[in-house]
Parts: sequence; C-alpha cells; structure tokens
Amino acid sequence: MPNQTTLRSIATPFLATLFLALAIPAANAQLHVDVQGVGGTQIPIAIANFAGDATPPQDLPQIVRDDLSHSGMFRTVDAGVAPISDADLIDTGAWKSRGADAVVVGSATRTADGRTTVRFKLYDDVKGQSLGGLELTANSPRDLRLTAHRISDFIYEKLTGERGVFSTRIAYVVRENQNRYLLQIADADGQNFQTALASKEPIISPAWSPDGTKLAYVSFELRKPVIYVHTVTTGQRVPVANFKGSNSAPAWSPDGRTLAVVLSRDGNSQIYLMGVDGSGLRRFSQSAGIDTEPFFSPDGQSVYFTSDRGGGPQIYRMNVAGGDATRVTFKGDYNISPRISPDGKTLAFVSRRGGKFQIFVQDLESGQELQLTDTVKDESPSFAPNSKMLIYATQLGGRGVLAAVTADNRVHQRITSDQSGDVREPTWGPYIK
Amino acid sequence: MKNAFRIIFVGTALLVLGACSQGVKLNDNGPAVSDQSTPAANTDSRAVAQVNVDELNNPNSPLAKRSVYFDYDSFVVKDDYRGLIAAHARYLQAHPTTHIIIQGNTDERGGSEYNLALGQKRAEAVRKALSLVGVADNQMEAVSFGKEKPKALGHDEASWAENRRADIVYQ
Repeated sequence: MPNQTTLRSIATPFLATLFLALAIPAANAQLHVDVQGVGGTQIPIAIANFAGDATPPQDLPQIVRDDLSHSGMFRTVDAGVAPISDADLIDTGAWKSRGADAVVVGSATRTADGRTTVRFKLYDDVKGQSLGGLELTANSPRDLRLTAHRISDFIYEKLTGERGVFSTRIAYVVRENQNRYLLQIADADGQNFQTALASKEPIISPAWSPDGTKLAYVSFELRKPVIYVHTVTTGQRVPVANFKGSNSAPAWSPDGRTLAVVLSRDGNSQIYLMGVDGSGLRRFSQSAGIDTEPFFSPDGQSVYFTSDRGGGPQIYRMNVAGGDATRVTFKGDYNISPRISPDGKTLAFVSRRGGKFQIFVQDLESGQELQLTDTVKDESPSFAPNSKMLIYATQLGGRGVLAAVTADNRVHQRITSDQSGDVREPTWGPYIK
Repeated sequence: MKNAFRIIFVGTALLVLGACSQGVKLNDNGPAVSDQSTPAANTDSRAVAQVNVDELNNPNSPLAKRSVYFDYDSFVVKDDYRGLIAAHARYLQAHPTTHIIIQGNTDERGGSEYNLALGQKRAEAVRKALSLVGVADNQMEAVSFGKEKPKALGHDEASWAENRRADIVYQ
C-alpha cells in the first residue's frame, strides 16, 4: 500500500533536469541506460550494502539503486560502504537526518547447495516504521539479478503505490548488418540479454503472449514475411500464418487464445483472426486499402488498427463482435502503430508531424494528446505492464537504439548498446508470476 | 530455336504496341518451349535432345528488366512499364509451369508494418497488371519486404527512389 504521508512529506516537485550517466561494467555486450528528467515526486532513498558472504558476482544493492534511479521516481542517498543487515536495529531518525526518507537494509548468504538466500527490509524514515521485506532465494548467479529486480519492485510498490516493472523483460531485434538479425530478450533494464533467434533475414514485430512464455513475430527467412509463434524456454517455433502473400503484424488477444494477423492472401493487407494454433481463420476487417497493426484492447472487446481507408494512415477501432470501424486519431495526416496501455486508458501511437516521426499518447476518454518524443525517427512504442512507461525505438548518431519514457512525459531514458548494429522493434513483456 | 526467336519478337512487338498485347492469345505462340526440361536418358546413341536457350538469361531481352519503380506515396504502375509487364506476361503465358514472386519494397521512412503494407500494395499493383494481360494467378505471388531489405542503403532521395520498387523474381 502507498504510504501517503511519506509521499506528501517529500512531494517537492523537482523540475530541474537531472542527467545521470551510469557506467555499467561491460563484461559482455550490454545495454546502457541514461536518464533525463525526474518524476514529479522523487523519493530520496538509501540502499545500504547487504551483509553476508554472497555479494559478488552480482552487486544486488547497486542493481536496486540503478533500478530505482532509472525510474526517475527515486533519488539515491549515499548509504556509506558498511554493510547493514536486515537483522540490525535501524535508527530511522538518523537516516532521515541524512536526507533519506526510506532506507533498505539486507543480507545475502550462500546456502550449502550453492543457492543464495537474500533477505531485506524497507523502512519509512519519516514515520519511523518498517514497511516489511522479503526473503528470496536465487538458484543461480543469473537469478540474482532477478532477485534484485524483485526487491526494486517491492520498494517501488510500497513507496509509490504502483506496481514495479523491474522484474519484467523486453524483447527486441538487433540488426547487426544486412545479413544478420537477432531476436533478443533482456531484463527491463536492458541487462542480461539472451538471443532467442538468429537469422540472415529480417525479423520484425515481436509480440509477447499474455503469459510471457511465447513470442509471436514476423520472420523473412522463407524470403517472404511469415508469422511464427516461438516458445521462449524451449526454442520451439511454429509457423502459424504462412499463406500466399505476406503474413505480418501478429497481436495476441488478452486471453492468449486468439491472434490477430495481417494477411494479403485476398489482395491488399487486411486483418484476420485465428486461433494461436492456426485454426479457425476468419477475416476481421474489410476495406479496399490497407488495414494493419491490429492491437487488442485489454478487455479483449475491440481491436485498434492502422488503416488508409480515409487517404493517409489513421488509427481506427472496431469491436471484435463486428460493426463499423470508428476513427480514433484526427490530428496529423500520418498516424500509425496503435498500442493500448494495459489499464485501457491510453493510446500510444507514432505520428508524422512536419516530416518527423514521433511518439504520442492520447487519453482515450478525453481525446487529449501528449507528445512524448521530439526526435525524428521514433517507432514501435510498447507499454510497460504497469502502464506508466513506454519503450520505443529511436535513432542516435545514425544508429537504432532503444529509449523509454514515462507516460506523463516526465522521465526519459536512453538505452544504448555497445553491440554493433541497430536495436529496434522493442516490445515490453508482461508481469512474470 | 524458331520458337525462342518468335517469343522475343512478340515481346519486342508488344513493347511497341503496348496495350494491344491483351489481344494476343496464348496459342498464337504455338507449342510452349520447355526450357527447364533435362534431356531424358535415351538408349538411341544417335538421338539428339534439343535444348533451348532460355531468353530469361538473355541480357538483351526485355525480360532482363524486372524492376518496376514507383513515385513517392504511389502504387500505380506507370505507363513506362507497360512493355516490361507485357514481356513478362508473354513469357509466363508461354511457360505455364513457371512461377514468379513479386517483391514490393518501400523507402526507409515510416513504420515497419505500415511500410510492409505499402510494399504489398506495390507488389499487388504489378501482380494485377500481369493478371490483366492474362497471366494465371497460380503463377504469381505478391509479397512485401517493406523497408526491411533496402537495395540502396543511403538516407537520401536517390536511395529512397531506388527502394520504392517491386521486383519480379523467377522461381
């Protein structure tokens, strides 16, 4: 539960721009995060070093500090180098006078069977009380990062009232060159990536299944666009749409049972619905031009999509049960790539204004829009599962990189990679149970 | 050899005649030339298996031109390509077992999926043009690469123009 007293006591809008260049050690190729801007409420928090014998190889408290400061909602206060255990008595008043409205202490100990047990406690220094903690077990060093992200999620939720997304994952495509494409999955902070698919031909439009176990995407490995469903843990891949013509833009229904796909089997690109196993194909949209980029509303009742039925591309909505399409975007003559926030309140899309492709959000109830990016080639917005942040693809120094922005436009992150090539087509995965 | 020459002649004539090509019937060409047939094993040591040079491999044939370029934001096959369309139509009608893929492309500007649909529109425009002059639907497949497989890698108008294109690819 959010601690409203704590929030109010520290809710001093801090509008100066903060620029954090965080040097993350690059043992192998990684993504790096730069943050610009801060949240309206920035909570000063101290994350002490953890006691115990199991700090390396992953510096848990540092991962938590990075998570929280990258979110723009927290400012980390120096906690000194001495480890402080969850078993120690904490003088919250002393932490308050050091400028920390919250403090986190903990321990990491290795068990006889090689696993690591991590315990931590979070204290509200303003009210002088514990906000609880967790005991987590990591089975491997790779798991330790997930453990750290779970700690960050706990802190974020206790202090902001919103569910954290640090333990979620992103998928994206790396175009190393014109002959090598990688579909990769990484932690939400861009670290810890793994390659799910390597191909000589392009890969586009990855989309997570609602349970986070599968990715649907478009691969050109058969010298034409074909839709595959790929089980991430096993690598098993099934071509679910390989009809005559092009097959693209897969989107999952919220119950994970239906895919909306775009097929050109009957001429121009139109939207069809089908079972995830390829069964029960039926045409969904009917227009003489292009209907593409379907995206289900979170209630599963409607599908938003891009259509040029009125001339230039605009975003429309249609009920899954049938009926006419309703136009949703009106400003600008090129609006594409609709994505609906998981809370169902906001539409994110790409709009071309003055020759620049930029990310906008539109409140679905009021129709009011907000421009989130001001660069020139922004694509593929994707909401975090808590609806508070979006990841998207942009250009930096002629290279494709990922960036993230809060839906209220306050905090901007740039995620750069020391891998060669372009990083593109990001998609933010769901909460992992 | 006679047949091969005749097809080239018809193709060239169509280049000039343009729209009149629709009037030419498949059987005007006589028996179809089987270019891809491998000579069958023959026990007669004096037999001669005729192999015809495939005019698809002739760089001077109108069939050597296989790219249709489009204006910005356009999906109309321009009149300049009427001869190219007619030449490929004649060849495909004379070779009913030959298949083509028409690959549509766009320049790099805009979203990947919307560009895929735009490239499809271009491929589809070429497919329709070939269909209108009599090519069977089961010989053709229109697909799109969108902006994913650019031929020109620059970020200028010359590169963009090169990439606003549909290619006819023989299988």
